[in-house]
Amino acid sequence: MKSEPHIIIESSKSRRTNLKEFFKYKDLLYYMVLRDVTVMYKQSVLGFAWAFVTPVVSMVIFSVIFGVLASVPHEGIPYPIFSYAALIPWTYFSNSLAASSASLIGNAAIFTKVYFPRIIIPLTPTLSKLVDFAISFILLIAMMFYYHYYPTAKLLLLVPLILLLIFTSIGLGTFLSSLALQFRDVRFAIGFLLPLLMYAAPVVFPASLIQEKYGHTAYIIYGLYPLAGIIEGFRAAIITSKAIPWELIGMSCIGTSVLFLAGLKTFGALEDKFADVA
Amino acid sequence: MNKIAIKVEGISKAYRIGISSINKDATVISKIKTLLNKPVQNFKRVKGLSNISEKNIEDNDVYMALSNVSFELNEGEVLGIIGKNGAGKSTLLKILSRIVQPTSGRIEMFGRVASLLEVGTGFNPDLTGNENIYLNGTILGLTKKEIDARYDSIVEFSGIQQFIETPVKRYSSGMKVRLAFAVAAHLDPEILVIDEVLAVGDAEFQQKCISKMQDVANKEGRTVLFVSHDMAAVKKLCTRAILLQKGQLIKDGLPEEVIDYYYKNTTTAHASDLNVLNRNNRVFGDGRFSVEAYEILDSKGNVVQSVECGDNITIRLFYKTTTDPYNPIVVLRIKNNIDQVLFTCLSRNSYGGVMKLKTQGYIDCCIPKLPLLAGVYSIDTSLKYQSEVTDEILSGIRLQVERGDFFGTGKMNEDFVNGIVINHHWNVH
Repeated sequence: MKSEPHIIIESSKSRRTNLKEFFKYKDLLYYMVLRDVTVMYKQSVLGFAWAFVTPVVSMVIFSVIFGVLASVPHEGIPYPIFSYAALIPWTYFSNSLAASSASLIGNAAIFTKVYFPRIIIPLTPTLSKLVDFAISFILLIAMMFYYHYYPTAKLLLLVPLILLLIFTSIGLGTFLSSLALQFRDVRFAIGFLLPLLMYAAPVVFPASLIQEKYGHTAYIIYGLYPLAGIIEGFRAAIITSKAIPWELIGMSCIGTSVLFLAGLKTFGALEDKFADVA
Repeated sequence: MNKIAIKVEGISKAYRIGISSINKDATVISKIKTLLNKPVQNFKRVKGLSNISEKNIEDNDVYMALSNVSFELNEGEVLGIIGKNGAGKSTLLKILSRIVQPTSGRIEMFGRVASLLEVGTGFNPDLTGNENIYLNGTILGLTKKEIDARYDSIVEFSGIQQFIETPVKRYSSGMKVRLAFAVAAHLDPEILVIDEVLAVGDAEFQQKCISKMQDVANKEGRTVLFVSHDMAAVKKLCTRAILLQKGQLIKDGLPEEVIDYYYKNTTTAHASDLNVLNRNNRVFGDGRFSVEAYEILDSKGNVVQSVECGDNITIRLFYKTTTDPYNPIVVLRIKNNIDQVLFTCLSRNSYGGVMKLKTQGYIDCCIPKLPLLAGVYSIDTSLKYQSEVTDEILSGIRLQVERGDFFGTGKMNEDFVNGIVINHHWNVH
C-alpha cells in the first residue's frame, strides 16, 4: 500500500504552498497554460498575428513621435529597432501583469470549489504570454538583418534577461493578484499603473539619458527598477555596437529578487483567506 | 477495520455579514464629512472580510456558520450530512476540502482527499471534451499519467464517445454533466467529499452515478462524506449520518435514526408558530397589495390549528391594498420540511374571472381533498400586480397536516410523511 498523506487543517496554521505540493500539481499548471493558449485567439481572424500588432503599432507611433518629431536621443541606433527591442520585453511584461493581476478574480469560480495550490492561477498568464513573446521575436530577427545587426555571442545574454523578466512578472503579478481579489480598486489602478511603468522604463529613451541628466548615482539607483536593466540588456544583446550595461543589469537582479520574494510572501500571507473574500 | 480516516475537533467558522450602518446626516457639513470618510470606512469594511479571529468573534456582524463541530470517521464509513439550507453543511465540506480555513478547531485526515462540490469545475466552453477531461482532471488533483491510464474508461462512462473532439459549448447540458461526472467518478481517492452532485442528469444517469458511489463505498472501502437533501439516497448509501442545525451538530448515528429525528424535530419546533404569519420572512413588500394574516379552515369552515390528509381545506389570506390593484395574481407555493416546492397554487391559471379587490378583505384558496401526507409544510406567498411583485413572504404560512383517511380505505400507513399523495384507484379483473 502506498504511503497515505496525512493532512492537518488548523485555523492558525498557514498552509503556504510548498514546493513539494506545487510539483505534484505541475500537470495542472501545464493544462491551465494550454487552455489559455488554445483559447486566446479562438474565433479571431488574425489569430497569433495579434502577437505582432501591439508592439508594431507602438513601434510605429514611437518612431514617429519620439524618433522623428521629438528627436529623443537614441544612441545612434535606428529608432524603429531601438524601440522594438524594448517593446518586446515591455509588451510581455504589461500583458502578463494585466492578465495575472485579474487572474484570481477571473478564476474565483474554480478555487472556491476545489483545492489546489492557488499560486498556479497567477502563474498561468505569466507563462501563457510567453507564446506571444516568442512570436514577436520573429519580426525582431527580420529587423536585425534589415539593419545589418548580425547575431553575435551577445545574444546569449537574452537567456538570463528573459529569466529576470519572467521572475519580475511573477513577483508583481502574484502581489497584485492577491491584493486585487480583496481590494477591487487594483483593477482600476492597473489602468494608469501600466503606462506609468512604461514611461518609467527606458522604452522610448535610452537609460544613458538618466546618466547624462542626473549623474552616475542616479543611473545606478535607476537600475533597481528591473525593467531598466532588462530593456537596456535586450538592446545590448541585439545591437552589435552597444556595450553591455553590467551595472544596470546587476542592480536589476537585486530589484527582481526583492519583487519576487515580496510577491510570493504577500501571496502566501493572503492565500488562506482567498475563498472568504472572493 | 477501525482505522480513523478523519478526525474533526471543535471546528468553527465565522463569516462577516454586511450590516449597513444607518447614517443620518442632518447637515451638509456632516454629509460631506461622511462622504470624505467613505474610503476609510470602505477600507475597514473590505479589510474586515478576512480579519476574523477568535478575538473579534463577538462582533455583532459576525455570523457563525459552524460552531464547535466534532466527529470522527473510520475508514470505509459513508457519512451522510443532513440539515436545512443554511445549517452549515456546505461550509463543513468546504473546510474539509481545504477551500476555506476554519476560524478555530483542528482536522486530521489520513489519505488522499478529493472533493466534488460542483460538477465540472473549470470546464472551458471553447475546449473540446478531450481537452476538458485533462483540465478538469488535473484541477481535481490527478496527474497527466493518471488521466492517461483512466482515459478510455472515462470516455466510456460518459457515453459521449462521438463528441469527444467537439468543443464543450456545443454540448447539451446533460452531456456536459455526463462528461464531468465521468471524470469525477475516476478520481479514486481514499476520502471522497461530495455535495449534492447527484441532483443532475437524467434518471438513467443518476442511477449510474448512485451505483458507482455504492461501488466506491462498499467494494473499495473508501471513506465518503456526502451532503444531501435526498433522504432516500442518504438511507441507501450511508452507513452513518449527522444532522446539522444552525451550525451545530445535533445528532449523530445511524441514517434511519438521524433522518427520523430530523423529521420529528422540525415538526415540533414550529408547532407553536401555527396560524401566525411569519412577517420576518417578508423578502419584499411595497405596501400596495400585501398579506396581513391568514387562517386555515376545515371543510366546515372552522378555523383550525391542523388539518387532516384528504380534508377539504381553505387557506384564507387577509389582504390590504393602498392602490387599486386590478386583476392581481396570488401565488402560493407549498413546500415540504426541507424547502422543496411540492406544488403551486397560481390564481392566474385557476381563477376564472378578473379579481377585483377592496382596500381590505380576504382571499380564499380552497384545496379539496388535501393531497399532503402527515407533516409540517410551509407556504410561500407572493402577490403580483401588473407583473410586478408587490409582496413576497417566504415560508410565512405553516400548515400542519395529520394522518387522514385519504383513500377512504381506513388505511394510511404512517411510514409515509412529508410528501404528496395522489388520488388513484385499482381495478382487478
